[in-house]
Amino acid sequence: MRLLIEDTLVHPADAPLPRDLPAVRAGAALADGRRAEIPVSGTVYGVLHNAPSALAALGDKIHAAPYKGAPKAPVLYIKPRNTRIGHGAAIPLPPQAPAVLVGAALGAVIGRTACRVSPGEAMDFIAGYTVVNDVTLPHEEFYRPALRQRIRDGFCPVGPWVRAARHVGDPGALEVRVWVDDELRLQTSTRGFLRPLPQLLADVTDFMTLQPGDILLTGLPWTGGFDTPQARAGQRVAIEIENVGRLENPVVATCPAPGGAA
Amino acid sequence: MRTARVAYAGAVHIATPQDDTRLRLADGRLVAHDAVVWLPPFEAGTIIALGLNYAEHAKELSFGAQQEPLAFLKGPGALIGHRGQTRRPADVAFMHYECELAVVIGRSAAGVSRADAMRHVAGYTVANDYAIRDYLENWYRPNLRVKNRDTCTVLGPWFVDAGDVPDPHALDLRTMVNGTVTQRGNTRDMVFDIPALIEYLSGFMTLAPGDVILTGTPDGVVDVQPGDEVVTEIDGIGRLVNTIVGDDVFHR
Repeated sequence: MRLLIEDTLVHPADAPLPRDLPAVRAGAALADGRRAEIPVSGTVYGVLHNAPSALAALGDKIHAAPYKGAPKAPVLYIKPRNTRIGHGAAIPLPPQAPAVLVGAALGAVIGRTACRVSPGEAMDFIAGYTVVNDVTLPHEEFYRPALRQRIRDGFCPVGPWVRAARHVGDPGALEVRVWVDDELRLQTSTRGFLRPLPQLLADVTDFMTLQPGDILLTGLPWTGGFDTPQARAGQRVAIEIENVGRLENPVVATCPAPGGAA
Repeated sequence: MRTARVAYAGAVHIATPQDDTRLRLADGRLVAHDAVVWLPPFEAGTIIALGLNYAEHAKELSFGAQQEPLAFLKGPGALIGHRGQTRRPADVAFMHYECELAVVIGRSAAGVSRADAMRHVAGYTVANDYAIRDYLENWYRPNLRVKNRDTCTVLGPWFVDAGDVPDPHALDLRTMVNGTVTQRGNTRDMVFDIPALIEYLSGFMTLAPGDVILTGTPDGVVDVQPGDEVVTEIDGIGRLVNTIVGDDVFHR
């Protein structure tokens, strides 16, 4: 199978299936605050500390226990299906948490089966791009997988659509902006990652095959640091990535689950 | 009731055991075990695995220090079925199997208490969750390069209904490499038992039907080499056969 996108693959929440529309019509389909489903259904993979600033923020801690050195291979994580929500859906804030961290990421959507891909051919495997909010709770220890902080229900908004790769241009040179309630809280870009997307895709597919519809996040501008925008219950988060789109989600308070261990 | 998921004559089928050597496909055909390709016995959703979840494995660490389970995730691409091939890269020094009881969720679970947890379990299978220790790094350890490699998570042969397993915490498990027993344990020695794991996980994530929890492995892991036949077996659940192959098979 091959995932082909001509322009903008969008799945309005009231439509049975995603449609590939010209950008203007895709925008109209989501006018008036209409919600969208995620138009692809693969697995979402993220990479920790792909921004030099994220590692730099740890300073000398990198060389001490428990890390004993900077990572040599990409440090990957999965945002499983319980985390994924579409454009406009609510991010649930856990009862004990004051706020969530907003992780503004460009998601590369795989177009055809990618196994042992070289950096030179990597871009041929990307069907398009989407905006991903890799939501986390603050954590400053990266020794063990941070499931409780990273894979809570609704902690991975994706959307509002997938934009065809040819309309996006260089995935390593896109402006990224984050707003919380219309206040611009972060202005950054997809430039300068330790592993740019072609190298990342090559390193990842050396040992694990990606399938059409899978999403590989190209990196967060920051991870768990103090510059990361936070959003509290009742606030609205928007992430805009140049040439790709603007993903908006409200944050809502949740009640403690009956009998649930938090 | 136990079922396998197999490829036969151009399609994927659910099959039940007919006798020691044959399967009965849902459409009535009887086929030999070696005439089919064994797939993972169900289509897995989210795959959650546990580290350090057996007492004898963890007691060298300071016991009680483990306040919460060490859990990590896998993607669907790592999975293969019974009688499959698992790749050992040529340049590694220590690659080992891990025999684990896999718990399959059958009913949505969010905020489930320990007392109610087992009502969300559809059944069980055997997992062999390989690890390559050379690739261990201390960031989100164990990371996907160690634990989410193509071909390195083996599931099967059977999906066994929970109702057919009266006590999943009293099962002997063992691993044989080329016929020699190298690992032994019993599921009673889990540090966090199945209800504890479901309570813990469903406390922050909704578990859905098809999600699977690999509950960890006891001590006794040894290096395996291309050509080795690795059998992971759990009494009452199944006997899962796997063969290690080298890079040459993949033209590397």
